[in-house]
Amino acid sequence: MNQPASIASVAEAAQYLTVNLGNEEYGVDILAVREIRGWTPVTRIPQAPSYVLGVLNLRGAIVPVLDLRLRFGLAREEYTATTVCVIVMVAGRQFGIVVDAVSDVVEVAPDGIRPVPDMGTTVDTEYLKGLTSVGERMVLLLDVDRLLQPQDAQMLEAALASQEAKAVA
Amino acid sequence: MSKVDLAQFHKAFHEESLDGLDAMEQALLALDEGADDPELINVVFRAAHSIKGGAATFGFADVAAFTHVAENLMDEVRSGRRPMEKAVVELLLRSGDVIRDMLSLQMAGQPGATAESQSLLAELSAMVGGAAAPVATKAAAPAEAIEGWDIAFRPFDYLLKTGNDPARMFRELEALGPLATTVDASKLPSLADMDPTASYLAYTLRLDAGAKRAAVEGVFDWVDGDCELTVTPRVAAPAPVAAPAAPVAPRAVREVAANSEASSVRVGIEKIDMLINLVGELVITQAMLSQFNEGVGEARLEMFRHGLAQLARHTRELQESVMSIRMLPISTVFNRFPRLVRDLAQKLDKKVVLDLRGETTELDKTVLEKIGDPLVHLVRNAIDHGLEVPAKRTAAGKSDTGTLRMEAFHRGGSIVVEVADDGAGLNRDAIVAKAVQRGIIASGEGMSDDAVAELIFEAGFSTAATTTDLSGRGVGMDVVRRNVMDLGGTVNIRSVHGKGTTFTITLPLTLAIIDGLTAAVGSETYIVPLVSIVESVQVKADLVRSVVGGGELFRFRDEWLPIVRLFDVFGCDGERLSVDQGIVIVVEAEGTRIGLFVDELIGQQQAVVKSLEANYRRVVGISGATILPDGAVALITDVTGLVRMQARRKAA
Repeated sequence: MNQPASIASVAEAAQYLTVNLGNEEYGVDILAVREIRGWTPVTRIPQAPSYVLGVLNLRGAIVPVLDLRLRFGLAREEYTATTVCVIVMVAGRQFGIVVDAVSDVVEVAPDGIRPVPDMGTTVDTEYLKGLTSVGERMVLLLDVDRLLQPQDAQMLEAALASQEAKAVA
Repeated sequence: MSKVDLAQFHKAFHEESLDGLDAMEQALLALDEGADDPELINVVFRAAHSIKGGAATFGFADVAAFTHVAENLMDEVRSGRRPMEKAVVELLLRSGDVIRDMLSLQMAGQPGATAESQSLLAELSAMVGGAAAPVATKAAAPAEAIEGWDIAFRPFDYLLKTGNDPARMFRELEALGPLATTVDASKLPSLADMDPTASYLAYTLRLDAGAKRAAVEGVFDWVDGDCELTVTPRVAAPAPVAAPAAPVAPRAVREVAANSEASSVRVGIEKIDMLINLVGELVITQAMLSQFNEGVGEARLEMFRHGLAQLARHTRELQESVMSIRMLPISTVFNRFPRLVRDLAQKLDKKVVLDLRGETTELDKTVLEKIGDPLVHLVRNAIDHGLEVPAKRTAAGKSDTGTLRMEAFHRGGSIVVEVADDGAGLNRDAIVAKAVQRGIIASGEGMSDDAVAELIFEAGFSTAATTTDLSGRGVGMDVVRRNVMDLGGTVNIRSVHGKGTTFTITLPLTLAIIDGLTAAVGSETYIVPLVSIVESVQVKADLVRSVVGGGELFRFRDEWLPIVRLFDVFGCDGERLSVDQGIVIVVEAEGTRIGLFVDELIGQQQAVVKSLEANYRRVVGISGATILPDGAVALITDVTGLVRMQARRKAA
C-alpha cells in the first residue's frame, strides 16, 4: 500500500466527477460521463424498480434515469432547479443519475483508492469500488456499471421465462 | 508479409464470398436446368477463383485448398474437357455448401476443414482429371515436353486499383514451380511525379515447371484486359527456340456485372440508423412547429404556414429517401429458394417448377432478415404436404409437375408476399379431426373452410401423420404466424380442395415508423399501434359483466371480450375512471381480441419507433417508445404482449 508514487501510477491517475448526495460525496469516473443536465420530467415506465424514475429523450435516444438516493435506499428529496442529472455511458448503454448537485473534478491515483469498510447501514457497498480522500474530504467512488445492473434484468428475464413456462404448461 | 492487420478485411471478404457463392449457386441451378451459356460457367469459375484468392490472401488455407480443387473441376468444364453433367453440377452445388460452412467456421476462428469437407474434397479430387493430384503440388510430367514458361507481364497503370496484386499472383505461380522474376523499372517516374497507387513496373517471369498452360494462364485470369500478357512455353532442348507464341487471345471482354443484380452499396447499418434517427428528430421538430400554427399576426401567419408546408414536404421527402437506403429487393431472400425447391423436390420425388415473381419489390432490411425463415417454412410445407407426387397428380387430371408460385407486390401501404401451390389443398376433415382431438374446437360443424384453415396456425398443430426430416420438427405454422406478427404483419390462408393452397403474408413497409392512436391513461400517454386496432367504442356500464376473480367482460357485437385496463396493467398515476367514462379500444393479436380500456383518445399520429432496450430493457406490454411533439417520451403498447398477458391471467 505504501509504495512511493511512481511516475507510471501518476500517469494512470483517473479523474472523477464528484457529486453530492446529502452530506456525502461520490465520485463518478469522468470517462463515463457524457453530459450534465438539469432535471426535466421523465416518462414513467411500468414494472420498473422504484429507483428507476423513467425515461427521457436525449436527442432521439430513449435514456432511463435513476435516482441515486433511492438506489441507495435513502429518502427521496424534492427535485428543484438545482437538481442535476448526470448522463453516463457504460458498456454502450446510456443512463442518467439524479443527484443533489455536482461539485468538483478530482484526480485519484490508483494507489489512492482504499477498500470500502463495511458501513453496515445505508449505502450498499456493492455499488462502490472504493473510497479516497481529497484533502479533508472523503469521496466514495461509484461502480457505475452496477447501478443499472444486469442482475435485476436477469432476474426479471428469469421470472418472465418461468411465468411463460407456467403459462405453456 | 507486412504486418498489416488483415482481420479488418475478413468481414468484407466473408460477405463478398457469400455473395459469390450465391451467384455460383444461381448459375449452377440454371446450368442444371439445361441452360447452355458459357457465361454461366464463367460465373461459377470466377466465384470459386476469387474465393480461393481471397482465402489464400487471408491465410484461410483450408478454404483455399478446397476451393482450388473445385476451381480445377470448373476449369475442365470451362476449357471444354468435360461436359457440364448433372453429376458435376451436383458436386459443385455441394461444394458451395461446404465452402459456405468452412467460411463460417473460419470467421468464428475455427479451422475450416470438417469431415464433410474432407470427404467431398476426396470426391472432387477423384473427379478432377481422373484422379490426378491437385495442381497445387508439382504437376506430373506433361505429355508435351514443356520445360517451363516465359511470361512477359506488363500491368496497365491502374491495375492495383482494381484490387489485384502482382505479388500475390507471383506467389500463386511459385506454387507451380521455381520462379525467377526480373523487374523492368524503366517506366518508374521520379519520386515527385509518382502516384503510389499506380503500377509502373513490368515483369519478366521464368517458370521452371512443366505446368499446364491453363494453370499458368489461370493465375492471370483476373487481370485479363488490364495488362499486356505473353505466355510462351519453353520446349525441351532439341526443339528450336520457339517463336514467341501469339499473345494469349484476349477473351471477350466480359460484362462486369455477371449477374443482373443492380449495383449496390454496402453501408454500415449503424450509419443508416443514425440517419434515420436524425430524420426522426426532424419529423418531431416539424410536428412541434406545426403547433404554433395558431394565434399570430395575419401576414406573418401566412408566411409561417407556407414555411411549414415546405418543411413538411421536405421532411417527408428526406424521410422517404433515407428510408429507401434500408430497402432491399426481396430477391435477396427469394434467391435461396430455387436451390431449396430443387433439393426438396429431388428428395421427395416430386416435380416442382418454382415461379418467382415481383423479385424487385423492396422491403426494409430488418423485415427481410426476419421473413426468410417463415417463407422457408411455408415452401417446405407446400412441397412436402401441399404438392402431390406425379402419379397422384396425373390421376387427378393435373400436369405431373407442380407449380409453386412466390410473389411479392405492393398493396396499399404494405407489402404482400404470397406462397401458392397448385397441390391438393388442405384436408378439411383431417384438420377438424385433429382440432377436435386437441380440444381446440368442439366440432367442425358450421365452420367455414377459411375458419378451418385458420386452425393450422394453432400451436403444436400438424396434420402430417408422420414427421419427416423436412417438416414437423415441432415448429409449426404457429411459429410462422408469430414471426410474421412480430414484424407487425399478418398471415392469411386460402385453400381450395384439389386446387391448391395460398398463403398471403402482409407486411408493413418498415418497422421504423408506425401509425398509432395516442391515448391518455391517468396522467400518462400511451400509443396503440393502428394495425392492431379493430375499433374504438364507448361502453355502457350495463354491457359490462364482472367475472369471478376480478376480470371484466364487455359485449362487443356478438362476442364477450375481456377488458384490460391499462391503468392497472401499467400501474399509472392519476384518477381511476369507471368503464363508462372512458374508451375501450378493441385490439386483435394472434387471432384473439381484447378491449384496452383507456381514459381518452387524444389523436392519431405517426410515431418514430425507438428502442427501449438499447439503454434499458424489455418491458412487458411495451414494445418501444416514441417522442411526442412536445419532446416528451411516450411508450408504445405491445398489443401481442397484452393479449398473451390476458390469456395467461385467464389460465391462472
